[in-house]
Amino acid sequence: MSTRTAKANFDTTESELIQRVCQGDKEAFYSLVQPCERGVFTAAMSILNNPADAEEVAQEAVLKAFSALPRFRGESKFSTWLIQITINEARLKVRKDRKHLYESVDEQKTDEQGDYFPKDYADWREIPSETLHRKELREALQRALNSLPTKYREVLILRDVQHLSIQETAQALDITEGSVKTRLLRARFQMRDALAPGIDGSWYSGKQEYEKVRPW
Amino acid sequence: MKVIEISCLEVWREISNFLDGEVDPEMRARMEAHFKVCAHCTAILDGTKNVVKLVGDGVEYQMPEGFSKRLYDKIKDR
Repeated sequence: MSTRTAKANFDTTESELIQRVCQGDKEAFYSLVQPCERGVFTAAMSILNNPADAEEVAQEAVLKAFSALPRFRGESKFSTWLIQITINEARLKVRKDRKHLYESVDEQKTDEQGDYFPKDYADWREIPSETLHRKELREALQRALNSLPTKYREVLILRDVQHLSIQETAQALDITEGSVKTRLLRARFQMRDALAPGIDGSWYSGKQEYEKVRPW
Repeated sequence: MKVIEISCLEVWREISNFLDGEVDPEMRARMEAHFKVCAHCTAILDGTKNVVKLVGDGVEYQMPEGFSKRLYDKIKDR
């Protein structure tokens, strides 16, 4: 695999690769897809939350992108376009499998009403990233993420894990930029609500810097 | 510039946009003035900032072993 990776040298631009693919060069297509692999898998996971399903959807999406590539107009980055196809495939799979009986795909289109009131937790100024090697923190993060409704989780993953712009996120999810912002706020607040009590003591204790500080 | 006061509720609505640099300069000034005097909103700002950092640094879905190879084979067999 490393030889193939090396083949995707940095001088070869996206448009040149696309041109080569359209002339039938499958290796060029893999060079185009390879840097996006993790992003595609992660996007599928944000909706399906199951590695085997996410892999199946990632493969479907990549093959669809291969067939549709001659129609790709370059209005977005190739990676955003591929993620958009992946999201659509993942949603189709959810619809087909009827796994989420209580959270229909149609519900994803609705916009949020009313305000979300962030819970009143202790001050949480420290950046505990240095503790990320701790298994319990990673597990707490995953649990918090899994507790989010899909429509919030997918926005959070695209924005805060994959670092897509607001515009790219809106494009990939086929929602407005306003909806991206609203859902992102909800997602971040709900993650905070889910994580802060733990940071505050229940799964991380004994360290001075995480002791409760209520400044108000 | 005179900074017009802003309520906690208005601050919460914009906190995520504030972190993303998605508020206009006037709103930013109003929010910054609010944070100076409201410890509660400052705590929410810091907590939300921590979430963004934690999620960015700590969330990673492990790709199944052989994922790349199987994807490559699918493309080749196409």
